[in-house]
This record gives sequence, C-alpha cells and structure tokens, in this order.
Amino acid sequence: MTERSSTDADLEDGVLISRLEQTWRTPKGFWGALSTVDHKTIGRRYIITAFVFLALGGILAALMRLQLAQPEARIIGPDRYNQIFTMHGTNMMFLFAVPVMEAMGVYLVPLMLGTRNIAFPRLNAFSYWMFLAGGTLLWTAFALDMGPDVGWFAYVPLSGPQYGAGKRADIWAQMITFTEVSALAVSVEIIVTVFKQRAPGMSLDRIPLFVWSLLVTSFLVVVAMPSIMIASTCLILDRLIGTHFFNPAEGGDVLLWQHLFWFFGHPEVYIIFLPAVGMVSTIVATFARRPVFGYLALVMAMIATGILAFGLWVHHMFVTGLPRLGESFFTASSMAIAVPAGIQIFCWLATLWDGRLSFKTPLLFVIGFIVTFVVGGMTGVMVASVPIDTQVHDTYFVVAHFHYVLVGGAVFPLLGAIYYWFPKMTGRMMSERLGRWAFWLIFIGFNLTFFPMHILGLQGMPRRVYTYQPEMHWHGLNLFVSVSSLVLMGGFLLFFIDVIRSARNGLPSGPNPWAAPTLEWATSSPPPTYNFALLPVVRDSNPLWEESESLTVGGGLSVDRREFIVSSVVEARPEARETSPRDSIWPFWTAIASSVMLIWSIFSPWAVVWGSIPIALALIGWFWPKGSPEEES
Amino acid sequence: MKQRIIADFSRLPLHGLGTASATWWGTLAFMLIEGTGFALIIAVYLYLMALAPVWPLNAPQPEVLPGTIVTLLLIVSLLPNYLVSRWAQQRDLRKIRIGLVLMTALGVAPLIVRFFEFPALKINWDSNAYGSVVWTMLALHTTHIITDLADTVVLAALMFTRHGHNRRRYGDVQDNAMYWNFVVLAWLPIYFCIYWIPRL
Repeated sequence: MTERSSTDADLEDGVLISRLEQTWRTPKGFWGALSTVDHKTIGRRYIITAFVFLALGGILAALMRLQLAQPEARIIGPDRYNQIFTMHGTNMMFLFAVPVMEAMGVYLVPLMLGTRNIAFPRLNAFSYWMFLAGGTLLWTAFALDMGPDVGWFAYVPLSGPQYGAGKRADIWAQMITFTEVSALAVSVEIIVTVFKQRAPGMSLDRIPLFVWSLLVTSFLVVVAMPSIMIASTCLILDRLIGTHFFNPAEGGDVLLWQHLFWFFGHPEVYIIFLPAVGMVSTIVATFARRPVFGYLALVMAMIATGILAFGLWVHHMFVTGLPRLGESFFTASSMAIAVPAGIQIFCWLATLWDGRLSFKTPLLFVIGFIVTFVVGGMTGVMVASVPIDTQVHDTYFVVAHFHYVLVGGAVFPLLGAIYYWFPKMTGRMMSERLGRWAFWLIFIGFNLTFFPMHILGLQGMPRRVYTYQPEMHWHGLNLFVSVSSLVLMGGFLLFFIDVIRSARNGLPSGPNPWAAPTLEWATSSPPPTYNFALLPVVRDSNPLWEESESLTVGGGLSVDRREFIVSSVVEARPEARETSPRDSIWPFWTAIASSVMLIWSIFSPWAVVWGSIPIALALIGWFWPKGSPEEES
Repeated sequence: MKQRIIADFSRLPLHGLGTASATWWGTLAFMLIEGTGFALIIAVYLYLMALAPVWPLNAPQPEVLPGTIVTLLLIVSLLPNYLVSRWAQQRDLRKIRIGLVLMTALGVAPLIVRFFEFPALKINWDSNAYGSVVWTMLALHTTHIITDLADTVVLAALMFTRHGHNRRRYGDVQDNAMYWNFVVLAWLPIYFCIYWIPRL
C-alpha cells in the first residue's frame, strides 16, 4: 500500500465518489470499449446482442410462417427452408436463450450480491467476444448460403460425412464450440461470484432467489455442456479426419450422437428455464409486496430440477427402439420433474394470494407465464408417456409443446424481467401503456399462433416440412397460425419500440422505482462503475425492506485500487480485501486468436497446432503482471 | 439512501489463499468441467465397447509399455509437485524456482514418451470406432498435459522476475500444483480403460 492511499470510510462523500470513479473508470474511445471488464457494460452488450439474435430468429420464423400459410407455396425452396428452420432453432437456443439468461446474471448477480464486479472480469470480456464471434460465424455462413441445414440437434447420419456434404454441418458444430466456451466461462464466473463475493452477512439462506437460480443453472452448464462439446468435436473429427464415432459400418453408432446430444440437450431446457424461475420469484415478491412464500421450498425445487434434469434425456429418444425398461424409467423420471415444477407454481400462487398486488407490466408477464407454462407442462406430461410420444413424435404437437415451455416458460418471464430491471440498467422507466399493449399482443398472439399447432400435430402434420399438399386439409389452421403470428410479431415490435424509446426519453426512475427489497436497488440507476460506494453488509434476506431508513455498510477498503470483499461460502464472513483486475485488451486478442483457430480448424486439422500458438501468446499477455496496484498483496 | 457503517474491513488480509481465493475456486470449477469431459469420453469408450462383438475391434491389444512409463512418470511427479506447493505456502522463492524448473522437466518427460504411446495403440484413428475413441482419449489427455506444462513454464519464468515475490504468485503456484494433481488423477482411469479393459 502506498502512503497516499486512504480508506473509503475516512473520506467525504464527494471525495470518495471522485476517487472511486478514478479507480474504476473505463477509458473512453475505441480501445477502451474493447478493453472494458465492467460486468455491467459487458452484461448490457450481451443482452443487446442476444436480443438482436432474437429479432433475427423471429424474422426466420416469419419467413417460415409465410411459406406455410398456404399449401404448395413456392416462396422458399426446400434447401433454403432446411437452413431456415435449422438457423431458427440453433439461433434461438444457442445465441439467444442461453446467452440472454446468463447475460442477465452477468449484469445482475454482482449487484444483487453487493459486490463490485463479477469474478474473473477478463474472462467475462473474453466470453462475450467468443459469443459474438460464434454468432457472427453462423449468420455469415447463412448469408453465404452455407448455413447449417441439419436441424438444431444435427442428428447423424444426416450431419455426418456421408450425407452432410460441404461445410454446413461443420459451421453448426463449431458454432457450438464458440457458444459453449462462452457459456462455460460465464458459469464459472457466476459460481465463484456467488460462492466468494457475497456481501458480508449474506448467508446461503439470504441469497436472492434470482441468484440461486443462476447458481443452479451455472452448475447445470458446467456438467451438461461438456457433453455437447464432446459430441460436436467427435462430429467434426468424423467429418474432417475420418474417425468413425458415428459410423455403424466401422463399429460406431448413430444413437451415440443422440445420447450425447440429449444428455446436454435436456438440461439445456432447464438452463433456460431456471433463470426464469428466479426472475418470476423476484418479480412476484416485489409486486405482491411480501417476501416470496416458501423460500426454502423454491430453492430445493430448483436444485431438484437441476438434478432431475440429467435423468430425462432418453425421453427425446422414445421412438429409437430402446429397451422397454429404459423407456419406463425415463417416463417415470420425466413425470417426476413435474413435482418440483408444481411446488414452484404453488409457491408463487401462494405469494400472489397473500400479497397486495400491483399489476404493473412485469407482473402481467409473470401471470402470462404461469398460465402458458402450465399448459406447456401438461403437454410435457403427455409426451413423457411412450404411447402418446410415439404418436406425436416429430409432429407439430411437439413444436407447440416446446414453444409453450420455452417461450411461455422463459421468454415471458424474461420480458417481465426486462421491464422490471430496465430502470436499473438505464435509469429510465419503460412505458406502462406500451408495456400493457405489448403484453396483451404477445400473450394473445402467442396462444393463437401456437395452440392450433397442437391440433395440427394431432392431425399428423410433421415438423420441418417446407410445404404440404392441399388434400391434407391442414391449410385452414396453417393460415390461421400464420395470421396470428403477425399479432405476436406486432407485440414484439412494440416491445422493441418501447425499449428504444424509453432508453432515450423514458421518465427518470430513481434508484428504486418498484420499492423492491434486494441490493441492486440500493445503488443509483444506472449503477456507477464501482456499483456501491461503500459495500453493503446484510442482516436480512430482504435488506431494503427490513432497513428502509438506511443501508448498513462496511468501511475500510482502499479507494486507490479496485478492492472488494471476499467472503466465506456458507456464512459470508469477510475473509480478505481482494482486488479486481483492471481493463485489458488481451481478452479481446485471445478471443480473436481463438476464433481464427476454431474457424480454420473447420478446414484443416493443422489449425489446432499452428492456431494454438497465437492463443498461447495472447494468454501470456493476458496473465503477465503489469505492475498495477491491484497486483500488490 | 443513507448509509450506516457497521463493519470495518481495513484489517482484513489483502489476498486470500486456498479457499479464500477466487482463483482456487475457479480452478476447481474448470476441473469439474474437464473431469466431466473425461468421464463422458470414457462413457463413449464403454458404450462403443458394449456394442462391439470383440474388443479391441479388429485390432491387436495395445502395447502397455509406453503408457505405463507415462503413468509412472506422472505418479513420480506428484512428489515434487507436492513439495512445490508446500514451498509456495512457506513463500520460499528459491526453492519454488528450483521446483518449477523440475516440474517443467517432469511435464516434458511424459510428452516425449507419449510420442511413442500413439503408435503403441496398434491402430489408427481412422481404422474404426475403437481406434477413433482411443486416439481421442489419448489426444485429450495430451492436450491436458501440454496446457499445464505451458502454464508451468510461464509461471516458472515469472518467478524469476521481480513479479515473483508476491503472495498472489505463491497462490498461483499452489493452484498450478493442484491442477497438475488433477492432470495425473484424470489420466489413471483413461490409462486403465485404454490398456487394461481390453485385457480383462
């Protein structure tokens, strides 16, 4: 420590803030923007990028509905249509749903825990650049007519070397690597942030439920995503250097792909859904003006869901001719997951029942979620049964089911969460009037679009067909669905308009517009780069409700270097005054070097050898000490 | 919102070691990710074996000698690795420097033998699925060794500079040692799969 430095508690408010701003500021300009490690800047970029991908995926959906609006339409050819539905699914799952949920965590978790930055901030910057590169790769390939055309789960042998000529399937498989690297990095950051950076006093039973949900989600990512990375690597190897993992003629097996894919793919659903559970639990408590009913039950339900998520994957494979006993086991486990889901629903209903409700837009989306998700859950229990699944497998019934659980179960809460946290992120309120319009258009549009798909599925319409004949009598419902999707899209359009308008001209929100109880509302909106001038000390699960007069904080941190508190895992006792690294351009260069290697390796195995050298150099640049005050110990 | 100071953090240490360090937990999380990856590739191996009429599939038994030498080298390296970690705890910079140089050598040695281990598999990666999976397992673990070796080399170089004498660096040395234990540990089930399961 140098002579000049002094601790935060000794300084006048104005001096404290200017010193903290000096220490935590991100340099302006192009290189500053590329070097920043502020979790809020990166989180905001992540969220905006993910929503851009949502909009792009929505345009693809619109194109598909245009094509299917009438029988034997000739607007899109079969080859392009294959690319479009593959891009739609891949984009929505890997570039929108998972990243946006993790991005909300990147932005909010450190604030809700009362700390100053996420753990491993440079890894966080790296993860964003990798995500952006992966998304750019996929969409550039699509623009060049090289987009993957094998479905979002890329089953072999269709995606294997024999049928999947060209580089389309490789683009898909390598895009997986990009997004999984980024998701795994964020998960490690979130796990360590939750374990070690909680405000002193925030014991395990005081962690906000949204943070719990991100913690469980992160563990799911850590255990599930290696499976898809192994799978996609084996696929690339089969295609590039002639291995035989999925080639039955040489001792390989096509079902191995499905096992590996769904061992990841089913937990993936909960990776998307659990953060939504956290969002709903947060919004419900705030707008019912009471602590959420059954905190412990909700936490246990999330953990139970996380564990059960790994015992369900075979229900995606019921029609592959697996042994009966296996099928029965997976039917039972698939139905069992309805139990924690039910517990969650009843806890929310109890909270709403007992609360003094304030029907603002976020709560509307939550109520829309409960209704829609319950419908999706019911069809989930139906397709968990082998005989029903055998009938409706690969039909529009399944399309309807998973849009109900994913859009109803995750996108509705997400939109509610955007309305809820937008004031924190921008300092401005979104419009209540436009919000209500957007909600009703989306809610009604969604149900009119997707409910008839159940019926189309029961009538036998298969998914992923680019057209159908008039004799099938599906055209009436298809036209209805296509027209309804306009309502849904109108709702989303309104939402985007509201976001852009409010970001510029929304009413100033103040620090805590909803009178919410968690720590992110204790600081200004948007929060300063250092999040909190003095770090909060927590004595209750709802600190801003229990201590509405003043916030309890601790002092004694240096303001001349980026300091925060490391606390113990269970009780959150303070253990050390740790430092958070400064901005660095190296994560950006590492991401560039990694992208070059990964894309090159689609074309040549030697890329792995030669491409690794720049990555190693960039990593050395990243980790080599620069003599900053944060280095001192 | 008004603030009320109820705690004083000024006496806390400036850096935590072990469970008080974020890097320690981060290393553990990455070990969990990689451990899951290894477990899955072993699952792939066993899955393909369960389908095959004979195992090894249309190939002779792999030759055990190079793999066993690698295993022995890795196990032997655990002792100096443990010592380096202890010296880091004692902040004995001179011994740490010697130890890291030694660990660098002990990282290079198994790589040299590994070069002979691939041909000892007696099958190519593109011959059949058996060849594919054993080559992949071996390649994954080789990547693992190379990664930690690179980390050790850079860390060793760092310890010879003015940045070496710093609690953070000592923590890095300990975390690097912990990771090397994992590299060795992860190898044992793979070694057993590749060389001994076909002989069961």
